[in-house]
Amino acid sequence: MDNAPKRTPLAPVHESLGARMIDFGGWWMPVQYQGILEEHRAVRTQAGLFDISHMGEIFVSGPEAEVWLNRMLTNNVAQLGNGQGQYTLLLNERGGVIDDLLCFRLEQGHYLLLVNASKIEEDFLWLQSHAGAGVTVDNQSDLWAGLALQGPEAEAVLRALLGPEVSLPARNQIVSLGIPNGPILLSRTGYTGEDGFEWFCPAQTVPIWWEKLLEAGRPLGLLPCGLGARDTLRLEAGFTLNGSDLSPEHTPLEAGLSSFVKLDKDDFIGRTALTAQRDSGLTRRLVALVMEGKTPPPRPHYPIFNGESLVGETSSGSLSPTLGLGIAMAYLPSALCAPGTRVELEIRGRRFPALVSKRPLYRRQPNA
Amino acid sequence: MNIPEDLLYAKTHEWLRQSGASATVGITDHAQHELTDVVYVELPTLGTHIAAGQQICVVESVKAASDIYSPASGTVESVNDALTSDPALLNTDPYGKGWIFTLRLDTDADLSGLKQAAAYGEQLGGH
Repeated sequence: MDNAPKRTPLAPVHESLGARMIDFGGWWMPVQYQGILEEHRAVRTQAGLFDISHMGEIFVSGPEAEVWLNRMLTNNVAQLGNGQGQYTLLLNERGGVIDDLLCFRLEQGHYLLLVNASKIEEDFLWLQSHAGAGVTVDNQSDLWAGLALQGPEAEAVLRALLGPEVSLPARNQIVSLGIPNGPILLSRTGYTGEDGFEWFCPAQTVPIWWEKLLEAGRPLGLLPCGLGARDTLRLEAGFTLNGSDLSPEHTPLEAGLSSFVKLDKDDFIGRTALTAQRDSGLTRRLVALVMEGKTPPPRPHYPIFNGESLVGETSSGSLSPTLGLGIAMAYLPSALCAPGTRVELEIRGRRFPALVSKRPLYRRQPNA
Repeated sequence: MNIPEDLLYAKTHEWLRQSGASATVGITDHAQHELTDVVYVELPTLGTHIAAGQQICVVESVKAASDIYSPASGTVESVNDALTSDPALLNTDPYGKGWIFTLRLDTDADLSGLKQAAAYGEQLGGH
C-alpha cells in the first residue's frame, strides 16, 4: 500500500522556492517559505498566496439538488441565489461534525461544495450513500486546483492581473471567468479574516496561474504563504479547524456555529439531536483563550485547569503574531465560558494563566 | 552556513565559547535556521548543575519546541534575559547577542568530545 503523501501540481514549485514541506493529512504541502511570521504579516498588511489545491470540489446537480442538500447540510440552501455561497456543516445523526464546508449555488440545480482536503473521500461516500433520484454527486477534486489570494491588496492584485474593468464577486459570491487556461471559478471567500478570493482552475493550469498571480502581486507585496501562516491567521480570526476544533464528538452548537445551523428549516441529518441539545442547554462550549503575558506558545492538547480541577484541553493553539501573545481554542464547561474567566494552561509541567476572550480575537478594520 | 572557528560544537547543534573556568553556550546558525522564527526561550534556572549532554532548556518556534542540551558539565552562572523580550535574537545573532547561558565549568569538565569548526562543518555535510 503506497502511503506516500499526494502531491498537488504545485509541489515542484514549492520545493524550488525552498519551502519546508510536510505531510498534511496525506498531502505534501508547504508549511512556510520565508517564515511564518513574515507570511502572516504579509496577509494582514498586503497579500499572500496559498496553494489550496488539496481541497475538494464536489459538484451536486439535478432537479432535487436544492431540497436534498437542505437535508444533508445545516445552513439554508434555499436562501442562495445564483452565484451565492454559504458556510455550512455536514453532520452525522448524533449532530456531530463530519465536515465544515462552503456550498455555492452556481445556477439552479447545480451546486459546488468546497470541502476539507482530509475529508474528501469520506464526504463523497457519505453524500453518495444518501443520494436518491434527481440528485447526482460528482467528486471532481482531482480535476480542479485552487489558490487562495488573501489580504487588503487582494483585489488590487486581481485587477493588476485581469484588468481594472473586470467584474469581481462580492463577499461570499462566486463567478465564472471564461478566460484562456480556464474556466476559472472565482469566489470571494477565505480562511484568514481578511478580504480575499479563492481561485479554482483546471488542475494542470495552476502552475501558470501561481506564476501570473505572484508576478502581478509582487509590486503590491504579495508573498507565497504556507500552512503555518494559514493556521495562525485562521486562529486569530476565530475560524475552527475540522479534526482539531470540530469533530464527530462535538456539535456545531457547542462550537459556537449556531448561526450556520437553521434548526427551523425542514428536517436535516442531525437536527433532532441538535434541537434536543439546544432545549436542554449546552454543557460545554468552544472558547477562545488568550495567554496573559509572555509564555510558551499554546499548542493542541495542552491541559487546562480551573484551580486544581482539570476542565479540558486545548483543541488548537499558537502564537498570535498580531497580538504578540499565545492564543488557543478549547471546549470548556459552560460555567467557565464567560469572557474574562481566568484558567490555566499546563505547558511542560508549568501552569500559565489565560483569559477566556470573545471570538474572534482579530477583526479586520473596514476600508476607510 | 556560519561556523565560527573559535568555538566548540556539540553534535546536537549547540556551541560553546570557553574563557577560563567559564563557558558561554548558544545554538548554531544551522540550528536557528532549522527552527525558523524563535518565539519563546525557556531559560535555564540560575544555579542549576547540569551534566554534559543533559537537556537544559527549551527553545520554541511557531511550529515546534526544541530541547537544548548542555555541551559541558557545570553550574548555570548567568542567563541572557534579553531573550525574554526578544527571542528572535537567536535567529538574527546566534553567536553574539543570541547567547543563551553561561556555565561555571566543573573542574573535571571534559570538552574533548566537542567538535572543532571543521568537524562540525563536516557533520552538517555542506547544508
